[in-house]
Amino acid sequence: MSGGAGTPGIDDAMAAVLFVGITLYATTGGADFGGGVWDLLAVRDRRGTGPREVIDRSVTAVWEANHVWLVFILVILWTAFPAAFAAVMTTLWIPMVIALFGIVLRGAGFAYRKEVRHLRARQATGIVFASSSLIAPFFFGAAVGGIAAGRVRTGFVTGLVSSWTSGFSILAGALFVAAGAFLSAVYLCTDTTAQGRLELRPYFVRRALAAGLVTGGIALGALFDLASTDARLYDHLTGRAVPLVVVSGLLGVTTLVQLARGCTAGTRPLAAGAVAAVVWGWGWAQYPDLLATSLPLRTGSAPTGTMDALLVVFALAVGLVLPSLGLLYYLATRQELGEDERDVAGAALVGAPQGGPPGQDPGPAGARRHPADGLLGLALAFGAGFTAGRRERPAGRRQGRRATRRRPARRRRR
Amino acid sequence: MTGLLAVAGGHDVVASRAQMASTLGFHIILACFGIAFPTVILVVHFIGLRRHDGAALLLARRWSKVLAVLVAVGAVSGTVLSFEMGLLWPGLFRVYGAAVGIPFAFEGIFFLLEAIFTAIYLYGWDRLSPWAHWWSGVPVAVSGLFGALCVVAANSWMNQPGGFVMSHGRVTAVHPLAVIFNAATTYEVPHMELAAYLVTAFGVAAPYAVGMVRHPDRRRSRYHRLGLLVPSVIAAICTPLQIFVGDTIARAIEHQQPVKFASMEYVVHTHRGVTEWIGGIYYHGHIYLGLNIPYFDSILVGFSPHTEVVGWDSVPRSQRPPLPSLIHNAFDLMVGIAFLMLALAAWLAVSWWRKRDFPVTRWFAGLTALGAPAAIVALECGWIVTEVGRQPWVVYKRMTVAQAATPVPDVPWTFGAIVALYIVLTITTLVVLALMARRWNRSTEVAEHDVPYGPGRAHGAASVRQ
Repeated sequence: MSGGAGTPGIDDAMAAVLFVGITLYATTGGADFGGGVWDLLAVRDRRGTGPREVIDRSVTAVWEANHVWLVFILVILWTAFPAAFAAVMTTLWIPMVIALFGIVLRGAGFAYRKEVRHLRARQATGIVFASSSLIAPFFFGAAVGGIAAGRVRTGFVTGLVSSWTSGFSILAGALFVAAGAFLSAVYLCTDTTAQGRLELRPYFVRRALAAGLVTGGIALGALFDLASTDARLYDHLTGRAVPLVVVSGLLGVTTLVQLARGCTAGTRPLAAGAVAAVVWGWGWAQYPDLLATSLPLRTGSAPTGTMDALLVVFALAVGLVLPSLGLLYYLATRQELGEDERDVAGAALVGAPQGGPPGQDPGPAGARRHPADGLLGLALAFGAGFTAGRRERPAGRRQGRRATRRRPARRRRR
Repeated sequence: MTGLLAVAGGHDVVASRAQMASTLGFHIILACFGIAFPTVILVVHFIGLRRHDGAALLLARRWSKVLAVLVAVGAVSGTVLSFEMGLLWPGLFRVYGAAVGIPFAFEGIFFLLEAIFTAIYLYGWDRLSPWAHWWSGVPVAVSGLFGALCVVAANSWMNQPGGFVMSHGRVTAVHPLAVIFNAATTYEVPHMELAAYLVTAFGVAAPYAVGMVRHPDRRRSRYHRLGLLVPSVIAAICTPLQIFVGDTIARAIEHQQPVKFASMEYVVHTHRGVTEWIGGIYYHGHIYLGLNIPYFDSILVGFSPHTEVVGWDSVPRSQRPPLPSLIHNAFDLMVGIAFLMLALAAWLAVSWWRKRDFPVTRWFAGLTALGAPAAIVALECGWIVTEVGRQPWVVYKRMTVAQAATPVPDVPWTFGAIVALYIVLTITTLVVLALMARRWNRSTEVAEHDVPYGPGRAHGAASVRQ
């Protein structure tokens, strides 16, 4: 975030930290919402069962850790940029409340769905999980659209519905949903390989292609909308932020080409990078304003003591959280993590291998990608990590065995 | 509701407070399990590994399944609170966010670590080597403790704000360590952590206690005995510590927030030889239905019957907390429950001292079962004392709740919606847990196949069978 007005200071660094959090949330938590969208769109009969199982296995172990990035964003925002936080949460009160309800219902619906056994109850909790996965990102997107378009101003403005109902806000909401669905479908493509559900790979490849095209279309549509409604943001996006916009487009197109060729091994970081570049494009277009036209970064920042503390927080995130995420990822790739079904069901688990050493398990399933993909995407967005994709493990080995025994065992019991 | 709001003067202070109270009151219970449950699980897990005890391993395994549900619901109800900081109290964060936000920011790190290692621990059964798996749970317990430290530090900062410099209504300098370790952190944090352990211990013990009351033969089952006794021992260790910490806190509050203390103890005028009231309703200068012990409050405060205690009429009416009867009785109820728990702990200790055995009788089990709701009531009471007792301030002596509240007029709607949602969440969570318990009850007879890690099951499995 250097450049801008004068020499970059600690305020700029903290804005960058905030965007790191947003990027990680968008590329991991956003994809979890996307999983819910695909769950919602899968047909409600037996043909939808396979895709739902793949989605379920992919999201289970990681969604909570991914979700916490949202809390990270909020605490950085209210501590480092308190005035902007207060203004955003007041002016965009309605979309934030709706998104919040969506988040609660998504998480609870997903958690309960794992534990209820009765078919009806499973369907009910599943529908709650899936539909709220649509609601939450849409209203987050609409809110972010309002912020980007400069419709949130300092102070406590209430009743300003137009702050998030403009055409651009609606498009931004749709973009959030579509981008999440796109990321999710790309991740799920590789997860099918890892879970031994190769027959479902074309299913998700088709959806990833469709979602990618829709996402690109919405992004272009939003840009055209800005050309006529918001000259300032349009100029920034087509001016100084244009490299990021171009990078995003290139990565998106490359992802689609890779998908069409059926080669999904390297597509995850490409797709995550495409989304990350959009996030940073937004940030770069808005810089150095916290709230466009009304609150510059310098004015809206907390005192240096606070910023120093937050840098320590960021250092802890890098020094403690990232290695921990790496450990989770490493264990998942080594197939050292799996859903614990055997005990809970009692010994009724017919035929499941009982406590054999890792590796005997027939079907690998996926504690997957998320944290690492977010990081890889981030690296790509910085333009520093085009080689990062190489570090990604072959998809087949990245997967833990998490849910392998769960469903078959359960079905047998019923 | 609208009548009340009119009294509050335009802003939805009442609705905002009610929404904050209900969402935090709900989350605080789940937070307790998030803080303490991993430790309780690790204790039985340790016993299981160390003694090759299949029953203990099975308990650890099942409890971790319960933890998964509670942590998931706690994660979302905690997110609700994060949003509410801005949705309900933008005034607080606009002015003081740079200071009070700091402990929250550190909490974010521990929250992340907790989520990551919880995933490793929950999904590591049978996959990781036994001791590596046990160690993967340790960061969960540790980050739970530190996460709670951070969140409670933010709350204690509201009670004893420090570590910042104000000029022209803006925070212009912040000393992060002084914010986190403010004058109230040192006692609020251990009090809350111990409360979390007590709520969790009684909550975990209760189902086994109920089972023993209903099925006396379970008192001989190692599985059920462990399920009751491990948490009971933890509770017995924490209870006396908690009473000691609580007693220290009462004196600190008398010192730091005298008006809150006056409301807790019905001290109207500042005077010496203050009477201690137990129970009772304060109404227009009279206390009805209460027990009184002359001079005892002064003795508790300063170890002398002549100690002077500040009364609430030392500040104008607008700076006193509302509902002294609520604050006083919540305080008394919390203290009373703590002493009942102490009696239970003493019973456990005496039985062990005299008979080298635990008192697994119907009475002990029944009282332990009652301990779960009692612990939650005590938790909520303590929180009412802290929060209602601080009113009308959100930041003690610096900002009122009304100044912090959002001007958005729609809060009553979300309050209604969120109460409805949380009622559904509570019922669903309890139903899901009950279903899990029923499933497990059905399958205990074949549990020997379930014992994790294969060998070493002989010890416990026989007693699991009933």
